[in-house]
Amino acid sequence: MDTSTLAIEVKGISKSYGTVKALDKVSLDVRRGEIFGLIGPDGAGKTTLFKILVTLLNADEGTATVDGLDIVKDYRTIRSRVGYMPGKFSLYPDLTIEENMEFFATLFGVTVEQNYDLVAPIYKQIEPFKKRRAGRLSGGMKQKLALSCALIHKPSVLFLDEPTTGVDAVSRSEFWDMLHNLREQGLSILASTPYMDEASRCDRIALCNTGRVLDIDSPQHMVEKFDGRIYGIKSHNMYDLLKELRDNRCISSCYTAGEYHHLLAGAGFDLGDLKQRLIAKGHSDVEIKSIVPNIEDIFIKLLSNEQY
Amino acid sequence: MSSTETNHIIQVKDLTKQFGTFTAVDHITFEVERGEIFGFLGANGAGKTTAMRMLCGLSYPTSGSGTVAGFDVVKEGEKIKRHIGYMSQRFSLYDDLTVMENMELFGGIYGVKRRELKKRATTLLQKLKFIEERDTMVKALPLGWKQKLAFAVATLHSPEIVFLDEPTGGVDPITRRQFWEMIYHAASQGTTIFVTTHYMDEAEYCNRISMMVDGKIKALDTPANLKKSYNAASIDEVFRTLARDAQRGD
Amino acid sequence: MRGFLKFIKKETLHILRDSRTMLIALLMPVVQILLFGFAISTELNNVNVAVVVPKWDEQIRQSVNKLSSNPYITYKGAIAEHEIDQNLRSGKVDAIVVFAHDFDRLMTQWKQSGNGKAAMQFIMDASNTNTAQAGAGYLNNILAGELMQSNSLVETHMLFNPQMKSAFNFVPGIMGMIFILICAMLTSVAIVREKETGTMDVLLVSPVRPLTIILAKMTPYFILSCINLTTILLLARFVLGIPMSGNLSSIIVVSLVYLLLSLSLGLLISTIAKQQIVALLISAAVMIMPIVMLSGMMFPVENMPAVLKPVSAIVPARWYIDAMRKLLIQGASFGLILKDFLILVGMTLALLAIALKNFKDKLE
Repeated sequence: MDTSTLAIEVKGISKSYGTVKALDKVSLDVRRGEIFGLIGPDGAGKTTLFKILVTLLNADEGTATVDGLDIVKDYRTIRSRVGYMPGKFSLYPDLTIEENMEFFATLFGVTVEQNYDLVAPIYKQIEPFKKRRAGRLSGGMKQKLALSCALIHKPSVLFLDEPTTGVDAVSRSEFWDMLHNLREQGLSILASTPYMDEASRCDRIALCNTGRVLDIDSPQHMVEKFDGRIYGIKSHNMYDLLKELRDNRCISSCYTAGEYHHLLAGAGFDLGDLKQRLIAKGHSDVEIKSIVPNIEDIFIKLLSNEQY
Repeated sequence: MSSTETNHIIQVKDLTKQFGTFTAVDHITFEVERGEIFGFLGANGAGKTTAMRMLCGLSYPTSGSGTVAGFDVVKEGEKIKRHIGYMSQRFSLYDDLTVMENMELFGGIYGVKRRELKKRATTLLQKLKFIEERDTMVKALPLGWKQKLAFAVATLHSPEIVFLDEPTGGVDPITRRQFWEMIYHAASQGTTIFVTTHYMDEAEYCNRISMMVDGKIKALDTPANLKKSYNAASIDEVFRTLARDAQRGD
Repeated sequence: MRGFLKFIKKETLHILRDSRTMLIALLMPVVQILLFGFAISTELNNVNVAVVVPKWDEQIRQSVNKLSSNPYITYKGAIAEHEIDQNLRSGKVDAIVVFAHDFDRLMTQWKQSGNGKAAMQFIMDASNTNTAQAGAGYLNNILAGELMQSNSLVETHMLFNPQMKSAFNFVPGIMGMIFILICAMLTSVAIVREKETGTMDVLLVSPVRPLTIILAKMTPYFILSCINLTTILLLARFVLGIPMSGNLSSIIVVSLVYLLLSLSLGLLISTIAKQQIVALLISAAVMIMPIVMLSGMMFPVENMPAVLKPVSAIVPARWYIDAMRKLLIQGASFGLILKDFLILVGMTLALLAIALKNFKDKLE
């Protein structure tokens, strides 16, 4: 593949902290102009990978390029081309919105006015409060300010480490809308999140856990290639239902998933038969329906194949 | 005591907390029944944490009244603390103590007798399949294990009610489910669960949920009824409808 | 350069907006100087004295007059012999002078032959041995001074600090400590704070050179310290009345070197510590304690056990305090503190080199 079409290229990166392997031979590509999601729980190695790619940490082994530049040799050049928003919103709480913006612009040798157009759609939402100190902003506003600060020097690749953690559902959704606008402007974005439901907002995703990448694909394709039939099931007593289903040999796995439990059909599974059995065991209001798996189902399946 | 008679383990009326001119919690009134899993939801800065602190006896209400586990939230904060379990995402266990040492410490704090403590701790660890890890330092455990263990520790003294403050933040989906099964199990044994969460699918596991916006409880019902009355497909949608009008953030 | 100025502006805003810390940083020297200058002093300013007189005569009256007119003595009147114990116990008086019944005759004999029997007795409250000894010394000087001196083998003159004012001694010590506190402690905490909040990550992931970040961080604290230096020197000269007989420019040059040294130390700490609390602890345990104990600020270096003397030599404050003592109090010329100065310069260069080498533009 021609490297110039890649915004980020990661080849076999490993990193250990003492005996803990934070990253274990991770490889992935982020194409230019796409939103790539790094999806996984705490301890998946997301933050470590970010720190390596933005040249804050050195990898133990493996190579990577960002914007076509080697992360070891050309780290100084990379630093002027990327925008980085670390896990905690790294702002100065004692400086105002305006002062934070100006400072981060200065850091990259630009002015706020120069690149105002790029940040405007985001910054305009918080500009009315520009004299307010960052420490007194709500989670959603801090997030917008942090994104504006990361964008002010017009980076070509944007690194967002868990930008939606600790922010409520409404702000989270708005945030992804903003990212889509930025993509339209040609930015390549690598974002991480522990929320599986945000996967659908990415062009492609990598599911990762404990330092390893479980799968890389577009969310749609992951769903399409899901191997197995999955059903949603509920009854009046969800906990008893769960225990019941665990004992059923025709069900390969079953777990809670909100309103319905999800179950993965095994050999000899018969929907009508299951319903009869449950009713016979005293379950009422039994409802079973065939469903399309979501990313969390896929993640759980990948994880179960591996370790559980 | 009214709460025992009426089968309400939590009963609060017009509970209010003001910080200066800022009303963090604004006249909230609700009941939680014994043995129920009660989801306490709200946007950032809605006042969840403040309300929870008052219910746990950690903070005095500015006005209003209520009882938790039969004790007055205004006058008997100390007694409340002894009769509830509490676990938060931020602090749960001591990293530099072993699994067993943590259990002994917290059991001891809540006045569980030594011999009884050993027995209960061993049973709990066996149930969690943790027994081989009894002498492992907590910091060496994966996050998901820590959270499960923290829940076990919070229920070691068999409290009537357990308060869980975002217990599953950042945990992988499988462990998150295992955690909820522990909650289900505890509830099926009669323990009342009072839980906050950012995961909307977890709200579905609750018998009833309340939604707090700007210091007030805007909605309180079973997940099914809430979806019906807001004409929404999911709790997430109900939440968004309510939180969209929120005036304040954290 | 424009960027650098913005950087400094940002750091200045941090300091200005943390008004509590800034107030402490500016008031600390003033409070310490006043505290050591007036409240805490090792000299004895006021001894309450009563007398027991079996029989008044002219000679005794003269002696009592000498006592009551002395500024360091408060004369509490004459008491009866049986009241001695009660007066001392209740703390009403610190010392009692008991005159002999034939005081007049004994004194005359002393004056003529230079020896004889004791003519008076001092009864001291020795619950604080230091004040008791000093008090006895005063009384001896006042009442028997002329006799002693005429026959004394030794004649003592207190040079440079004729009144033996302890404040003189403390001012250089306070300077040695304040600058370390402000430059090293506050600077390191300010840098480490950025690590803790994660903003350091963003700073590092920018084209700005680490040296720029560091210099910009140091500048406002350097300025703050210069303000403090001015305050201390003014207070020392005009409030405490320290002669400052040395060359003012030498005082300033040596102080500026010491400021740079403290800043380098702060930088070094910030490269080691990851949390603000660690930075604070290192500053307190590794710097403040040795300064107080080993720099000669409190305890003279000469009196230290042999093991500690070499340790005290690596405490920068020791050399600075020594230089300041010579310059402020003795009025020494620059030549006499050249050794101190060179050691300070050497230490500064070494610390700065280690600190800069330690400061990485990556996280590990």
